[in-house]
Amino acid sequence: MKIDSIAKLDKWRKEIQTKQKAIKTKILICLGPGCLAGGSDKILKEFQTILKKKKIKDVLVESVKKTGCHGFCARGPMVIIEPLGIFYSKVKKVHVKDIIEKTLQKGEIIEKLLYKDPDTDKIYKEWRKIPFYARQQKIALRNVGQIDPDEITDYIVNGGYSALAKILKGMKPDEVIDQVSKSGLRGRGGAGFSTGRKWVTCAKAEENPHYVLCNGDEGDPGAFMDRCIMEGDPHTVLEGMIICAYAVGSQEGYIYVREEYPLAVVNLQKAIDDARKFGLLGDNILGTDLCFDLKISKGGGAFVCGESSALMRSVAGEIGEPRAKYVRSVLKGLHDKPTVLNNVETFANIPVIIEKGADWFAAIGTKKSTGTKAFSLAGKIKNTGLIEVPMGIKLKEIIYDIGGGINDNRKFKAVQTGGPSGGCLPADKLDLEVDFDTLADNGSMMGSGGMVVMDDRTCMVDVSRYFLNFLVEESCGKCVPCREGLFQLHKLNEKICEGKGTEDELKLMENLSKTIISGSLCGLGQSGPNPFLSTIMYFRDEYEAHVKKQECPGGVCKKLITYKINDDCNGCMACLSVCAASAITGKKKEQHTIDEVKCDRCGACYAVCNINAIDII
Amino acid sequence: MIIDSNKIQKVIDDSPQDKKQLIMILQNIQLEFHYLPKESIGLVSEYLGMPQSTVYSAATFYKSFSLVPRGENIIKVCKGTACHIKGADLIIDQLYAGIGIKPGQTTKDMKYTIEVVNCVGACAMAPVMIVNDKYFGEVKCNRATKLVKKG
Repeated sequence: MKIDSIAKLDKWRKEIQTKQKAIKTKILICLGPGCLAGGSDKILKEFQTILKKKKIKDVLVESVKKTGCHGFCARGPMVIIEPLGIFYSKVKKVHVKDIIEKTLQKGEIIEKLLYKDPDTDKIYKEWRKIPFYARQQKIALRNVGQIDPDEITDYIVNGGYSALAKILKGMKPDEVIDQVSKSGLRGRGGAGFSTGRKWVTCAKAEENPHYVLCNGDEGDPGAFMDRCIMEGDPHTVLEGMIICAYAVGSQEGYIYVREEYPLAVVNLQKAIDDARKFGLLGDNILGTDLCFDLKISKGGGAFVCGESSALMRSVAGEIGEPRAKYVRSVLKGLHDKPTVLNNVETFANIPVIIEKGADWFAAIGTKKSTGTKAFSLAGKIKNTGLIEVPMGIKLKEIIYDIGGGINDNRKFKAVQTGGPSGGCLPADKLDLEVDFDTLADNGSMMGSGGMVVMDDRTCMVDVSRYFLNFLVEESCGKCVPCREGLFQLHKLNEKICEGKGTEDELKLMENLSKTIISGSLCGLGQSGPNPFLSTIMYFRDEYEAHVKKQECPGGVCKKLITYKINDDCNGCMACLSVCAASAITGKKKEQHTIDEVKCDRCGACYAVCNINAIDII
Repeated sequence: MIIDSNKIQKVIDDSPQDKKQLIMILQNIQLEFHYLPKESIGLVSEYLGMPQSTVYSAATFYKSFSLVPRGENIIKVCKGTACHIKGADLIIDQLYAGIGIKPGQTTKDMKYTIEVVNCVGACAMAPVMIVNDKYFGEVKCNRATKLVKKG
């Protein structure tokens, strides 16, 4: 069926609405990466198998829906029953029968599957009321976790493609750009460049053709927002791109997806095929003059390809080395033609901005950073997962109110934002408002939205070493200061971790950082020393402890610590069986001992001991 | 390991003869053989009419390509930031103790290859290990080898 007019799209939407009304109860099963690892695919199958045989009022086999990431990964696998919003967490296949027989048939709630706040012991029945969700506001993630990403009808019934219809019905391309500019939307990929300005530059460029690219090369370790959007709501990315194509006069676009996201590729491809089938992509979209088609380009596992010029070269089938940007890529981009390149989350915001208007969007967030931002919460935080919050929210609110605080109620040490190019912010910065400029002014950056929380058992010198090692491997090698400079910086950092660093070398590292920043072409090199610079800015005392006292306050750097078994040991033998160096001896139910000479400080014993009987000295 | 050049040629022939498709063609070959056999560099260069050096440079620039044969089972240990601070190194150590190989290596019987990946975007359940596309979250280091052997 080709939808060749806007009237037909509206009619189709109504038809789906009527059909879906028949399904009164919906059972949403999250198939995001976290829940999937917990076996949510088996839970889905079990629901379908049992419901095929059982007849329950208002519940059909079609009631069972697979969705993308619902966000609260720490509590996965989760099952949500709508319209009541009943939230069952940590569900296992064996619970399915119970859920069907008790909740679906009799309307009883299974209390042991509900979420219980570990601090207040309050039990929540409905997901929207849980503090993790209550503080959020979803725009880019509005459909993720709510709809079946494989079903275009699910997207359409939730208002999908109505923004596209709106512009085709009565907005000129420059009016669309005007709305995007007025909304104040800034690129969600990290740099925070004005989306409207980018679009207007491309639209005005005289050379043809114009291209529209979507950056789905989410390479920052610790970030998975774009993954969840591409997997959980692929059509919103498509709609955002089609609107962009209309605005800037493009007929061809690409979505660049990183190799590590195979499911995103599958879901996007299905969305593209469906959109084409129904006449939402290809020639004469919705019966108008708009012609635009899309292809997926798969990355090859190179971090630098997230950089605009490198990404464009990679799409063109070349190696992803960045170029000097005397002329910006919006003018000379893919195949040297004008190109709009926006991030997945940026495109996901577009349909809503068009639908609800620029003023509505601009009223959310802060003056200079409007709207909301998706973040992935990870690290040593209780409520790990995917969130979307208004800009301007305090770091503290994200980490404590939404994130639930630090694991095991340990002490907060730092939060890392912005990936390898970003930085670590300490406890006295928790009152900062999260927006593009505030984070940058404080030595970190918004980045794509990864937020990794660290507790007092994290060594900041080791964190710097980790990121530098990452960047050494990922530097494309074109600019000498980046290729050689980062290599030397990492080597010096490693020396400090081994307790062999000197104070002079710390100064040398700071100088070297300046050279790397000023002598590199692209963002990777220019921000390469950031992990070191931001950690030494806020945690100089830790560097000094390593250099002056050969101590690692976080208890991480292997050369500077020893493990010792204390009197609490009950001789359970867990540590002994895991010790690869055979350094632990002892009999069952008797206190064990560690041979310091044999011990290679791998930390496995510490990780497996359940009764804190191992000390790090 | 000997791979029939005709088989490689067949994969290549099924791809569009377009220089822009270089990376895609290499990805298709790797999908079929789990690595890029030596012959593929020459065959692709002929097919696309570009120097072998260009094909080789792409094959070595992108991390996902392997020029050496990989094992039947690919174990990926994630070393993203969240996994790093939650003990990804412990998993690597324990796998070394359990199956005797380090990241980048393959067991002699060609059964296992361990690779370190930069971030698989499953940070909420760090540390993460992937065995043949099956995700394992919150991996306890003492269970790593068992999970691998179970598959």
